[in-house]
Amino acid sequence: MIGQFIDGPLWSFSLGVFIIGVIWRIGSIVLSGVKADLANPKGSASSGAFRTLFTRFVPERTVTRRGKLQLIAGYAFHLGLFVLLFLAQPHIDFIADRITGFAWPAIPHWAFIISAEVAFAGLILLWLHRVLNPVTRLLSDLDDHIGTILVFLVMLSGCLALAQSFEPLRLLHLLLAELLLLYFPFSKLMHAFTFVMSRGYTGAAMGRKGVNA
Amino acid sequence: MSDPFEQGVEALREQLDAKVASYFSSCVHCGLCAEACLFYTETGDPRYTPIYKLEPMKKLWRQEKTFWGKLGTSLGIGKTLTEDDFAKWETLVYDSCTLCGRCSMVCPVGNDITYMIRKQREAFSVAGYAPEGMKEATRRALKIGSPMGVTFKTLQASLAHVEKDTGLSIPIDQKGADYMTLFSSMEIVNFPEYIESIAKIFKTAGVSWTISSEAFEATNSGIQIGNKEAAAELVGRVVDAAEKLGVKAVVSPECGHAYTAIRWEGPNLIGRSYDFEVVHILELLEQLKSEGRIKVASRDDTPMTLHDPCQIVRRGGVIDQPKELMNSVAVNFREMEDQGVMNWCCGGGGGVSANERAEELRLQVFTRKKKQIQQTGVDTLVTACANCRIILEEGIEHYEMDTEVISLTELLAEHIQEE
Repeated sequence: MIGQFIDGPLWSFSLGVFIIGVIWRIGSIVLSGVKADLANPKGSASSGAFRTLFTRFVPERTVTRRGKLQLIAGYAFHLGLFVLLFLAQPHIDFIADRITGFAWPAIPHWAFIISAEVAFAGLILLWLHRVLNPVTRLLSDLDDHIGTILVFLVMLSGCLALAQSFEPLRLLHLLLAELLLLYFPFSKLMHAFTFVMSRGYTGAAMGRKGVNA
Repeated sequence: MSDPFEQGVEALREQLDAKVASYFSSCVHCGLCAEACLFYTETGDPRYTPIYKLEPMKKLWRQEKTFWGKLGTSLGIGKTLTEDDFAKWETLVYDSCTLCGRCSMVCPVGNDITYMIRKQREAFSVAGYAPEGMKEATRRALKIGSPMGVTFKTLQASLAHVEKDTGLSIPIDQKGADYMTLFSSMEIVNFPEYIESIAKIFKTAGVSWTISSEAFEATNSGIQIGNKEAAAELVGRVVDAAEKLGVKAVVSPECGHAYTAIRWEGPNLIGRSYDFEVVHILELLEQLKSEGRIKVASRDDTPMTLHDPCQIVRRGGVIDQPKELMNSVAVNFREMEDQGVMNWCCGGGGGVSANERAEELRLQVFTRKKKQIQQTGVDTLVTACANCRIILEEGIEHYEMDTEVISLTELLAEHIQEE
């Protein structure tokens, strides 16, 4: 009964809240508006926005020297999670079955395991840094911790459900993923989408000035 | 709640545009901006983390623009912005931020933190939470025409000395000239040799130029303090004078924030674009050199390094010209390790130099620039901003360093081939 609820209505509901919530958040940001810049530009705003969207993936020397831990852990977590989410066979099967209707090639099982380990290591290091470093401890709020814990639990339950031999573990993993989807639009997890906008706005403003930001 | 505080909150509310909303939505509190800020790197105090300086603005954004904030407010349990927040954050917003923009270059999600601090200052200024030194400078700029109280008579006295020393005639209020040149009060009072240098270079290059008796001051303390009415008034004076004289371009002097003020913020402050161009003096000098209108007659073999002013280079977009001019005159030009758009601030930008209570902190964080200079192993530091120059000289004096600070325009003037 509970399993059917998690597998059916709750999945549809959480996916719906996620999609509508994300659109609502992005829409509310865009609709806040930005005043037109009346200064005569030196360079192109659109080129600047496009450039910054990608160049910020490459850290400045200041970051590579003074923020090594955040940099390495950050890349490890994000890349590991991306691979897990979109290239692991169980996820591809699930997405093909529930959303897209088509599948794509998956990574081998051993690569899946390595990705999971890399993502776990990254997430744990980032969280330890968050609570131990004076700067991140000062900045962090409840939202940061809830997001981290939810992602951690989803990943942990996913590992436990990997064998796919014990249905309650699969359902637990799905339930936690649904909670994550429900929480996502109302949290900092939205940075997965809004980073495109923040990089774009800054890149455009700096691009007009002729600065590669 | 007091009226100025309510006005301050309203002013802060006006700043919550799409950029700010995207920035706060994207910030994951990674703390990397701290590593780019000299106030944090030189003190180790986490309160100097750039994004932390924006807590009042973030609080209002969260309260009024987010689901949890609105829910908390409606249930009466949410954290609301209070006057105490303004009081507690005033020193973080004004004393420990030079608006240098270095944090904005390293943020992984691309947040322009400097843009937000500049906007947050508008609310603090309206609410009355701004340093006395900056308030006084703004009052003097509005009343007398200069933050340092320099009048046209003061400028005339400086010009008389320049004319006597060079034998050149300085054009005043010459209608139809190509360029109207601005100065910072600092140049008029402390570095009149800058005026002498451009007079000499313009004469050699055959530049048609003039100074306006009605608007010669380039600095804009309204922008530094965050008073947009004052900032618009100061920009408006320059625009009126330039249009009255019918010049083709206004030349911003060797002053960082003056360039940002007139070039990038000015049109937005007065609500229209200009009928003339705005060029920084280094852009014009590089143009004159590439057109062959000035020629370098001799090169200097003294080992030199360059301090890139933040508002000219990183926030202004005049990036290559300082290097090209340096390379044309200096044989032993040694770049600092972090240079160009990633150079470290001198510590006195964004009005910090006009903020007396910030002096101790400013001198403390000068250790970053001190290390940079010492790493190059040279004793001559070239820069292109009068404010940077005075701050660098003070820091060098404070730390008993044996370093000479010179202006790039003056260096060029010493080495060009005269008529």
